[in-house]
Amino acid sequence: MTTVFDKPKSLTDAVFHYCPGCTHGIVHRLVAETIDELGIEGKTIGIAPVGCSVLAYNYFACDMIEASHGRAPAVATGVKRAMPDNIVFTYQGDGDLASIGLCETVSTAARGENVTVIFINNAIYGMTGGQMAPTSLLGQVTQTSPYGRDPKTQGYPIKICELLATLDAPAYLARVTVNNVKNVRNAKKAIKKAFQNQIEGKGFSLVEVVSSCPTNWGMTPQKALEWIDEKMLPQYPLGVYRDKGEE
Amino acid sequence: MQEKVLMKGNEAIAEAAILAGCRHYFGYPITPQTEVAAYMAKKMPKIGGTFLQAESEIAAINMVYGVASTGKLSMTSSSSPGISLKCEGISYLAGADLPALIVNVQRGGPGLGGIQPSQSDYFLATRGPGHGDFHVLVLAPASVQEMADLTGLAFKLARKYRMPAMLLADGTMGQMMEPVCLPDPAEAEEKAPDWAAVGTGCARVHNIINSLELSPAVLEQKNIERYERYAIAEKEEPRWEEFMMEDAEICVVSYGITARVSRNAIVEARKKGIKVGMIRPITLWPFPKAPLLKAADQVKSFLCVELNMGQMTEDVELAIRCKKPVGLCSRVGGMIPTPAEVLAKIEKANEEGG
Repeated sequence: MTTVFDKPKSLTDAVFHYCPGCTHGIVHRLVAETIDELGIEGKTIGIAPVGCSVLAYNYFACDMIEASHGRAPAVATGVKRAMPDNIVFTYQGDGDLASIGLCETVSTAARGENVTVIFINNAIYGMTGGQMAPTSLLGQVTQTSPYGRDPKTQGYPIKICELLATLDAPAYLARVTVNNVKNVRNAKKAIKKAFQNQIEGKGFSLVEVVSSCPTNWGMTPQKALEWIDEKMLPQYPLGVYRDKGEE
Repeated sequence: MQEKVLMKGNEAIAEAAILAGCRHYFGYPITPQTEVAAYMAKKMPKIGGTFLQAESEIAAINMVYGVASTGKLSMTSSSSPGISLKCEGISYLAGADLPALIVNVQRGGPGLGGIQPSQSDYFLATRGPGHGDFHVLVLAPASVQEMADLTGLAFKLARKYRMPAMLLADGTMGQMMEPVCLPDPAEAEEKAPDWAAVGTGCARVHNIINSLELSPAVLEQKNIERYERYAIAEKEEPRWEEFMMEDAEICVVSYGITARVSRNAIVEARKKGIKVGMIRPITLWPFPKAPLLKAADQVKSFLCVELNMGQMTEDVELAIRCKKPVGLCSRVGGMIPTPAEVLAKIEKANEEGG
């Protein structure tokens, strides 16, 4: 019998704790497939800071480091400086990367550290039960914006790719989503490129994955995927914001 | 030992760290320890090491956490307000059982405080600098020679016990120049420890560097095991120096710069016929309880001399089980007592007896 579809080697057998319909599972798979295809499982070191993906260290089969909230890029910097021949990636959510860890995000990008950042933007704090994130949309109802995000008191969503594209150093900045088959395939290409860049020593690469959180958005998984098209993508347009390889 | 050279305390720390095999330094500018960073900035690029001026104290300690996760030696240095910012990271280092060195060249506080010498981070250092149940090794140098020697020892003990170590100096120690004999370079790092995150090489199950444990029963056990390790350190590692204690009736307890001042005062007091000596803790955690308890049966009273409002007096009272009175001679805010001020306190203690 021929195997036509299998679990990537770079994922362990641990059962994901993610909610039904959450897109973390897809992105984990894409990262693991990438590591398999590039043949870097044995020298990859992943970093999972606080958030829904904090337990990612149980799921990726490579060596893993759990980091404090927001500090994964600083931890990645230390690891990469100590182990320049290894492949280092972080896997961070929006509260982590765009709020408490924004300083580390911007500074690591500005230094052009040769690391790969996978950024899950689902416009909400999932792990703590659905609070407003820096990327929450205007009018979005969350536990801490019960009347909808009001720009007068709660400001505007932060667009990370656009913000980092003002810096000189980053090698690759791309925004993708995983809400249909075509988009998943594009996301895979971007993630693979972000790892390939590191292998080639090109510098800081970040892939922002616009994701869904059916549980805290209060939607069915299907409706959440539609909501990405309807609400998230107008605020967060897909595309490549920096590609030094193409410039 | 190498030949004697004249060095500033902060520079002695930096050179000793390099000689101990540390090749990764992360820091953020703050007075009065910036010479450590400046020295590293010059030296590290020439020996294939890392000097990185981090975007913040928080980033610096997390970069240290990253290097420590790979099993390599790394360090950061700062002064009191910066150490407050590093406390979260130190807690994570302790929770993940990672060795690393944190240098604190203390200045006056609280808040932004001042930039003159202080020992007011005694509690912060000795009670576990951050959230959760933990300790760091705390070493308190009292000379530029000890700045160098204790830096090497701190790395050694941090590795041995898999815990962070703090070199707790003060602004005077950092800024003063003295002759120092630097140690010989440590042997090159052996292969990575088996717990380190260096890549599986597709040859083993993945290593996880982690302080998260959602099972209360397992987390409890991890804390208990960590404290079993601490108990060994408390038994094996206390270090102290005794000065004129043979026939002493008053025991001065002091560390760092105030121990230097006290020494002069003790020599003067002896000329006046006062039987006074000193126990100088070199490790503040583990605290040298045994020699103090032994001295409690010999002396009439203890006198703590330190640059804070008496933080160490609590440890001395606990160590001697409150058997004898414990007095305090202190200046704070960046002020340093003169030998005459310490002498006056010794004379007063002598008059009061036990």
